[in-house]
Amino acid sequence: MKYLTVDFGSTFTKLTAIDTVQGAVAGTARAFTTIDTDVMTGFNHAMEQLENAIGAFHYDQLLCCSSAAGGLKMIAVGLVPDLTAKAAKMAASSAGAKVMKTYSFELSEKELTEIAAVNPDLVLLCGGTDGGNREVILTNARLLAAVDGNFSIIAAGNKSVDAELETIFKTAGKTFVITENVMPTFNQLNIEPARQAIRELFIRNIVAAKGLSKMQALCANAIIPTPLAVMTACELLSKGTRSRAGIGELVCIDLGGATTDVYSMAKGKPASGHVIPKGLPEPFSKRTVEGDLGMRYSLAALADALNMSDFSEETAIPQARIEAWIARCTAMPDIIAAPESEELFIEESLAKKAVELAVERHCGILESAYTPLGEILSITGKDLTEIPSLIGIGGAIINSKEPHKILEGALYSARKTGFMKPKAPRFYLDKTYIFAAMGLLSAIDEELALRILTDNLKPI
Amino acid sequence: MEKKTIVTGVIGADVHAVGNKILAYALTDAGFNVVNLGVMVSQEEFIAAAIETNAAAIVVSSLYGHGEIDCNGLREKCEEAGLKDIPLLAGGNLVVGKQDFAEVAKRFAAMGFTKAYPPGTTLETTIADLHKFTD
Repeated sequence: MKYLTVDFGSTFTKLTAIDTVQGAVAGTARAFTTIDTDVMTGFNHAMEQLENAIGAFHYDQLLCCSSAAGGLKMIAVGLVPDLTAKAAKMAASSAGAKVMKTYSFELSEKELTEIAAVNPDLVLLCGGTDGGNREVILTNARLLAAVDGNFSIIAAGNKSVDAELETIFKTAGKTFVITENVMPTFNQLNIEPARQAIRELFIRNIVAAKGLSKMQALCANAIIPTPLAVMTACELLSKGTRSRAGIGELVCIDLGGATTDVYSMAKGKPASGHVIPKGLPEPFSKRTVEGDLGMRYSLAALADALNMSDFSEETAIPQARIEAWIARCTAMPDIIAAPESEELFIEESLAKKAVELAVERHCGILESAYTPLGEILSITGKDLTEIPSLIGIGGAIINSKEPHKILEGALYSARKTGFMKPKAPRFYLDKTYIFAAMGLLSAIDEELALRILTDNLKPI
Repeated sequence: MEKKTIVTGVIGADVHAVGNKILAYALTDAGFNVVNLGVMVSQEEFIAAAIETNAAAIVVSSLYGHGEIDCNGLREKCEEAGLKDIPLLAGGNLVVGKQDFAEVAKRFAAMGFTKAYPPGTTLETTIADLHKFTD
């Protein structure tokens, strides 16, 4: 069998040709994404390039994922920030969405204006445990139903109000799905049904809205969001298949131009038995996406998140020169730093910082409290200190000459002991940009997908 | 009739887990839907849980003698969070030393607690009160 995977990125349309007889990747190619006119143009260009390189390629099946046209833009709404709002954000992120904003309690006028301005594809509405609070989710449903915009709504809150929610959305003429509560009982996560609903709505409505209908007609399987394909690959690589073991717990970092995605495949139980776990339990497969940490479109936001004078001191480069480079990158996202230039050094240092911040926001946080019984430690989130493998999968990491340096940002730091980041992982690179393609392939041939993934991991 | 939800836990830096488990067991047995937050629970965690679960009452335990300091301000925060008039109960070993409990109960009432219980209170007493307060 021959398969062709297509990954429609915001910039490039990437093809991977897979031959099951050889059990390997036959070739890859890429061309600019042409989502504004007709995605097929870019696809055909990439296909020409592929066939120029490897000869005619007649595939049996086409598999496709997309993060073009802004990806899957979502808003998450919950009740209490640390509870259902956090659960909603987690469900949306792990379905491959780009969570633009997370809101809690009753939505304010200002927040509703923001939602209209973001113009999301989907809004995930949660709130209340089953049998718990009903007023807030009902109020928010009414408010959301009145917001102008073409977004669909997924309600995954208190089951006691399902019927009322249905009436509200039907009356308003909104596209909606009502599914199981993300937190049916206190502190218990149930994000899978919401994740599934997001996936189905993406297939049903959003694919067409993003101009991917023609492509969908050619594919046997449904088009899925690219981060979901990457996450599937991460899971496969970690857990393995029935006949072949995976590489165990891991952390993957995808540093891109607009966002930084962190995936952890790990139970995250505290490494020490003396630490008390606090807060919401987290899923084995967890993804977080940072919309303000990226190497081009979000470079200015990354700079805002940094302490610029400290950064200048660390890199021994005057602040003005760093800021000048950031300004140039923001003005011209296509710009590439010259080899062995100061700009390249700034670039790598910024990339390391982006990784550092993204992993800090992803991992668990250790806190100590002094009690009459002595010092007691508690952790909120996942303890990733013992993770054996750390994988760099984004363009900004794999194309760098210093991927090791960039990935070091993900490591535990003695200066910031609160962040439970990996202490001594082995570093790998997804040198051939294979994760999304293998995530897609795994739906058909898990064994082959795992083999290709493992073969393409490059230790550094 | 739908079960009433009770949020319970051991407040502050207190890690006395046994009484908390017995209380949670007894309340469940008495027909309540119990959300047990366990030990070392902050005021904010009690409130967050009560909001999400639409709790009918919050039952705070404290065994290590610092209960008064730990409980102070909980009523005000409940008011702020929209948990208007939610019954707040506290029990265990709330204060250090052999103090006259009538005085302690008065101080807890002044802090906005619906009721405070002296050491050695039976589970039946608390359960009967809870039925009364949540009706």
